[in-house]
Amino acid sequence: MPFSSLETLKQRLDQREVSAQDLAKLYLDRIDAHNTLLNAFVHIDHDHVMAQAKASDDYRAAHDTPRPLEGLPIAVKDIFCTQDGPTRCCSKILEGFDAPYDAHVITRLKEAGAVLVGKTNMDEFAMGSSTETSAFGPCRNPWDTDRIPGGSSGGSAAAVAAALTPAALGTDTGGSIRQPAALCGLTGLKPTYGRISRRGIIAFASSLDQAGPMTSCVKDSAMLTAVMSGHDAGDSTSVMDAPTIDWLGACDQRDMKGLRIGKPKEYFIEGMDADVRATIENALKQCEALGAEIVDISLPHTESAVAAYYVIAPSEASANLSRYDGVRFGQRCDNPEDLNDLYMRSRDEGFGNEVKRRILTGTFALSSGYYDAYYIKAQRVRTLIRQDFLEAFEKVDLIATPTSPITAFALGEKADDPLTMYLSDIFTIAVNLAGLPALSQPCGFVNGLPVGMQWIAPAWQEDCLLGAASAYESATTWHQQHPEAFQ
Amino acid sequence: MSWEVVIGLEVHTQINSKTKAFCGCSTEFGAEPNSQTCPVCLGMPGQLPVLNNEAVQKTILTGLAIDATINLESKFDRKNYFYPDLPKGYQISQFTVPLVEHGHLDIPVEGGGEKRIGITRIHMEEDAGKSMHEGLDSVSHIDLNRSGVPLMEIVSEPDMRSADEAVAYLKQLHQLIRFLDVSGADMEKGQFRCDANVSVRRFGAPLGTRAELKNLNSFRFIKQAIDYEVVRQIEIIEDGGQVVQETRLYDSVKGESRSMRSKEEAHDYRYFPEPDLPALRVTAEEVAAIKAGMPELPSQLRQRFEREYGLSSYDADVLSQTLELARYLEDLIAAHPANPKIAANWLANELLGRLKESGHEIVNSPVSASALGLLLDRIADNTISGKIAKDVLDEMMRCGQSADTIIEAKGLKQVSDTGAIDAMIQTVLDANPDSVAEFKSGKDRLFGFFVGQVMKASRGQANPALVNERLKLLLNS
Repeated sequence: MPFSSLETLKQRLDQREVSAQDLAKLYLDRIDAHNTLLNAFVHIDHDHVMAQAKASDDYRAAHDTPRPLEGLPIAVKDIFCTQDGPTRCCSKILEGFDAPYDAHVITRLKEAGAVLVGKTNMDEFAMGSSTETSAFGPCRNPWDTDRIPGGSSGGSAAAVAAALTPAALGTDTGGSIRQPAALCGLTGLKPTYGRISRRGIIAFASSLDQAGPMTSCVKDSAMLTAVMSGHDAGDSTSVMDAPTIDWLGACDQRDMKGLRIGKPKEYFIEGMDADVRATIENALKQCEALGAEIVDISLPHTESAVAAYYVIAPSEASANLSRYDGVRFGQRCDNPEDLNDLYMRSRDEGFGNEVKRRILTGTFALSSGYYDAYYIKAQRVRTLIRQDFLEAFEKVDLIATPTSPITAFALGEKADDPLTMYLSDIFTIAVNLAGLPALSQPCGFVNGLPVGMQWIAPAWQEDCLLGAASAYESATTWHQQHPEAFQ
Repeated sequence: MSWEVVIGLEVHTQINSKTKAFCGCSTEFGAEPNSQTCPVCLGMPGQLPVLNNEAVQKTILTGLAIDATINLESKFDRKNYFYPDLPKGYQISQFTVPLVEHGHLDIPVEGGGEKRIGITRIHMEEDAGKSMHEGLDSVSHIDLNRSGVPLMEIVSEPDMRSADEAVAYLKQLHQLIRFLDVSGADMEKGQFRCDANVSVRRFGAPLGTRAELKNLNSFRFIKQAIDYEVVRQIEIIEDGGQVVQETRLYDSVKGESRSMRSKEEAHDYRYFPEPDLPALRVTAEEVAAIKAGMPELPSQLRQRFEREYGLSSYDADVLSQTLELARYLEDLIAAHPANPKIAANWLANELLGRLKESGHEIVNSPVSASALGLLLDRIADNTISGKIAKDVLDEMMRCGQSADTIIEAKGLKQVSDTGAIDAMIQTVLDANPDSVAEFKSGKDRLFGFFVGQVMKASRGQANPALVNERLKLLLNS
């Protein structure tokens, strides 16, 4: 049962075969058994989880219709502010911080009857691709515990892959949902920018951040996104008149007849793992067998995406992280000599190296004399990348690419080499720059490690992603495979 | 050698919207420290700004009043710097594309006439909190009630050529803002703050190096600070030195300024577009609707006072100086519609003087417009004379009672009974037989003496017109 989908668990709850408390107990036991090794969770409050599960069972007993996520356990990345328990973004600088509010999506999950099982590990402030920069130590990949689970939402990915929770939430600024989903054999969806409120989610790069689900199958992602999405007056970038979608209905698609799938040449390049490439090519053949037409396309500015991203994201982050100054909450150094000393030592002691690197990069890029050469230029590249996609979508309905150029790498392998690490996101970053929806789903294995295929759709067409991914999923069994050690 | 002074001014004025620029907290001044705060204006993690539309509308209204361009699409930017009273570590402001651009204000100049001062831009931004370093415990205290209060920054062109012109511009702008009701503009509460950019040059020469003067929080200090700065710069140049670009802080106690930071030490604010707020878009229709709701401006009010109430241009000017005064006049005339001109006289010549003496402002006048109106009614209906009315007004200022109460209590009611007045006249005539004889022998001047004596005998309460009439009759009988 632990590896069941949300959909299956929901049916069993609805048929009273299990209670929310049974499920909570089941997953808490698994967390107790495996978290020491995986380090997927950084905060668990057993009593609070059981209390929520009991409240859900009580609700079910008292009402004719259960809520959409009634009794379903969901884990959330440590980046979502929650009134219950600490929120630290896996940074030492937020030690002792207790948010007096829930993130908007947390409120929505609670209102839908979900049981929140805890906070998952992540790269500090979501800056990383391996969940190694966490102040709580690295998280491990359930498929090979000597390897990283991807990042930054690595804790959520590892937790779902090892069935310590049936589903989890992540955030995606440059691939932080899709890349760990790919490396852990999961479905991960980054919705269109503006689809889901960012209020109460600790900001990394405001113009790129978007929350989304990480699940064991496509329909589960649809179920969660249906609950999470919608306008929030408290987030001016959450779009008021976004086209609504039949989230669950979109998942009924079983073939790809007439679907034009773009295969961008810039995503099948020298230097990527040949076996990963072959796996994706093979998956695309399966899509053809399902009725799709594969169209060779070009997204000519792809090459500049990483460079543009590593100017824009750190620039925004350098400002977003200024509030962690030791004055009002979180880490403050002992016995500051004066104001400058308070700032410098509190931030020096509180932030890890990768976060400092990005704050410095961003501060530099925004500095007088450099702003035009870096920030403005990066924004121009961003516009060109957006145009690339717009032009491509005149010819195709969807774009398919590998999610990551490689499978999960060994712990520590790239930790000291930021530039190589940054290339982990080479295939996911352009999507964030363009604000588009994208989904990663499992499409095979290389040396026993999962490979993910990324689907990219035009803005607001998540239904198109979910339809194609559901058709592919129904014709394959990759998503039903689980790491043996955690069966 | 003659020097030309060049001055540009930056005014920060708090917009008097009910709530803050980006959250729902109250903007009320003077509350318990940190009681008007929320996670947004405290800069807590994950919190996002939502723009206050009332503040946008008031900025547009101000822009329309200075005949400026309203940008239908403007943008917000982040201005980055660290300070404990700036919770987010950046201020949300408008840098590249402000809401309002290219306006102007006409100021009166010495010797009559007007001068046009260009207004480069008005942009919206949020205020920071307040740091308080005073106190016995050598600890700094921070009050974040002000954090996030909306501000307009009004930036002028360097069009002013003297401290007097700078002050005239500020007074004109202050008056305009009060009339538009877009800001409390109370300088003591920091609701209207001014920085001055000052440089000097020889006539016809290119612009000199400027110094920015900060902390100018009264019209008087602004003039003093600019005058001090002009002398300082001229002395430097005449001594063969060069003015350095810097920010200087004016010390109103010492009457001098000191360098706060040089150009090299100036902050690099690292402005960049605020990603949490989409571009601010307003439609031409919205702007037109705001324009249609524009209140009367001082010059329009002055003209209407002359036209509708028949006031002298002097009275009209005095009584349109502040919105409060104009409102008082309108209320007074509503209470006493019979003679607006007399009402205006009483306000300008009697009440204002008394308020000044007692240290009151028109808004907290002990005598309300309706109370003063009643007093004027009592003059008009001959209950009391104008002279007695002045004494009654003094008493009203002191005790706050109504004119009727005072007239009743002190028995000041005017005597208009012919019989009683005749009796008083007879008593005076009987007591001064010699004067009566002199009058009758042709000394007409003595008529005034008899009037005075009768009025004195009546303790001022006799109806003066009636006294005149009856006295003539009785003296000539």
